Amino acid sequence: MAVNNEPMSSAEWNPQPIGEAFYQPKGSFGGIFSREWVLFLLLILPNFIFLATFTYWPLIRNFVLSTQKVNPYTKASSFAGFDNFEWLFNDRVFKQVVMNTGIFIVCCVFFTLGLGLMVALLLNEKLKGRTAVRAMVFAPYLIAGSAVALVWAYIFNPRFGLLAMMLGWFDIGSPRWLEDPDWALAAVIITYVWKNMGFAAVVFLAGLQGIPKDLYEAAKLDGASAWWRFRSVTLPMLSPISFFLVVTSVLSTFQAFDLIDVMTSGGPVNATTTLVYYVYEQGWMAQRWERAAAAAVMLFLLMLTVTGMQMLWERRQVHYDGN
Amino acid sequence: METSKLTPAKIAGYALMIVVAFVIGIPIFWMLSGSLMSTRDILNPNQWLPSTPVWSNYPDAWNSVPFARFFLNSLIITVFGAGSKVVLGVLCAYAFAFLKFPGKNILFLVVLASLMVPSQVVIIPNYQFMSTTIRNLLGTEGNWVNTYQGIILPSAATAFGTFLMRQGFMGLPRDVLDAAKVDGAGHFRTMWQVILPMAKPIVVTFGLIAVVGEWNEYLWPLIITNTDNMRPVTVGLRLLNDAEGNNNWGIIMAGTAFVVIPMLIVYTFLQRFIIDGLTAGATKG
Repeated sequence: MAVNNEPMSSAEWNPQPIGEAFYQPKGSFGGIFSREWVLFLLLILPNFIFLATFTYWPLIRNFVLSTQKVNPYTKASSFAGFDNFEWLFNDRVFKQVVMNTGIFIVCCVFFTLGLGLMVALLLNEKLKGRTAVRAMVFAPYLIAGSAVALVWAYIFNPRFGLLAMMLGWFDIGSPRWLEDPDWALAAVIITYVWKNMGFAAVVFLAGLQGIPKDLYEAAKLDGASAWWRFRSVTLPMLSPISFFLVVTSVLSTFQAFDLIDVMTSGGPVNATTTLVYYVYEQGWMAQRWERAAAAAVMLFLLMLTVTGMQMLWERRQVHYDGN
Repeated sequence: METSKLTPAKIAGYALMIVVAFVIGIPIFWMLSGSLMSTRDILNPNQWLPSTPVWSNYPDAWNSVPFARFFLNSLIITVFGAGSKVVLGVLCAYAFAFLKFPGKNILFLVVLASLMVPSQVVIIPNYQFMSTTIRNLLGTEGNWVNTYQGIILPSAATAFGTFLMRQGFMGLPRDVLDAAKVDGAGHFRTMWQVILPMAKPIVVTFGLIAVVGEWNEYLWPLIITNTDNMRPVTVGLRLLNDAEGNNNWGIIMAGTAFVVIPMLIVYTFLQRFIIDGLTAGATKG
């Protein structure tokens, strides 16, 4: 889930020494026999053991595996340098996978945030029932991806699905959504946007409501039009939160798997295979674990680049107001 | 105060709100309506509502795959997975917030840096760990593939929770902590009787995030389980789709409704709390 992978904004990256050295334990000797040191280690140990076993160590093992050559029959492995990566870059399917992943991420993030912002602006107006609409928009974000995927697979059915029916009102024939390589990725993107738009809307709305009213008053006094107030007050004031949403959304679309698996299983003819899905296919279907590991390394490096860009960018560009 | 005067702008606003509500609501309506349709109704493209509700779709879906077992599995995974995240997170956050240790900040960075390693990147070594490494360690034929510990353990720790709760703990008012110190309370008593009650909102918030995350987890349970009786609901739904073939949408939608309806009921009662909790990482701090 996206929430668990949220990178920290710079305002949070600031370990403050409140409460530090707060306790002077009775009978402290200092040094390695200090009871406080021992207690500290005991308290962090369980978390660290799990992080080491299931995050850091496998990350290293994944790197190692990606440089191995594995005989598919004897399972004997030997060092192969970057051969697996070379194989990936020469693989026609992998090229398509990278394209798919790019299109998927750009479209999902653009529409999720764009529509989310529009809904937030709407719900920021004093309209009756807006709390109920806010709750409604957020609901799909909570529903399990596989359930959402099945509902939309039914909606996309070209013969009797909801969309086919609605297109029929205008005498438009429905595309064969999930069975057509030209439409399948679009169908998954639409589903993704429907599921995740509410999260962006709620976060944008919180951002909008945090903008001081006097800024708008001042702009109004200056005779700024509604559009100009939006351009010169709303957008800049929203920039930290938009930036945060862009980065977290990019990272979570990189990881999207359940919708794709249930709706299309990466097909038809790889039209919806993204990087994560490709890792799964190379590993659990083709049993080429070393290639899957190499693809996982690519996934890791790409996501790391996004996080790194966030950190650099944040340092210079975005002004976190006030604190 | 909401003004009651209707201006054209307001009318447009209400119209847009209705559009939004429809876009979100109609797929859910379509699922519910489809879950009560006979195959003949389903195949009729202009059917909005079932001509006669086929309630038997629900028992049929329930019996077509072991749904009761799926729910039990999801419950076990969620309780133990989220529970362990909360407990380990609280302990670790307490240590980082209140205890002295040389190089503490570096250790904290080690925790934070793990946020940059998404679980999808390490699924292959973790799978090999659960199969081969565990078999070698135990020296038996068995391993942890297709077991609860195999599903739960890789996500038992939490870097995000440690971070979130440490922030929360450090924001607590100093004087109350001073009072506890003067009282001569030990660390565990302070944690249990002072910190946890005061930091309840942030701990509960993280608990909620963990519960939703565990319940909706899909990829790892899919990989690490290989028999129907170990699948959680999320993965089990897929089996229903496979079992029912391509056109039995009435039964598939009924099975989907089993997953969606309880969620929406819980959500209706706790919506404010759930929305605030799940967006806490984004809107605060």
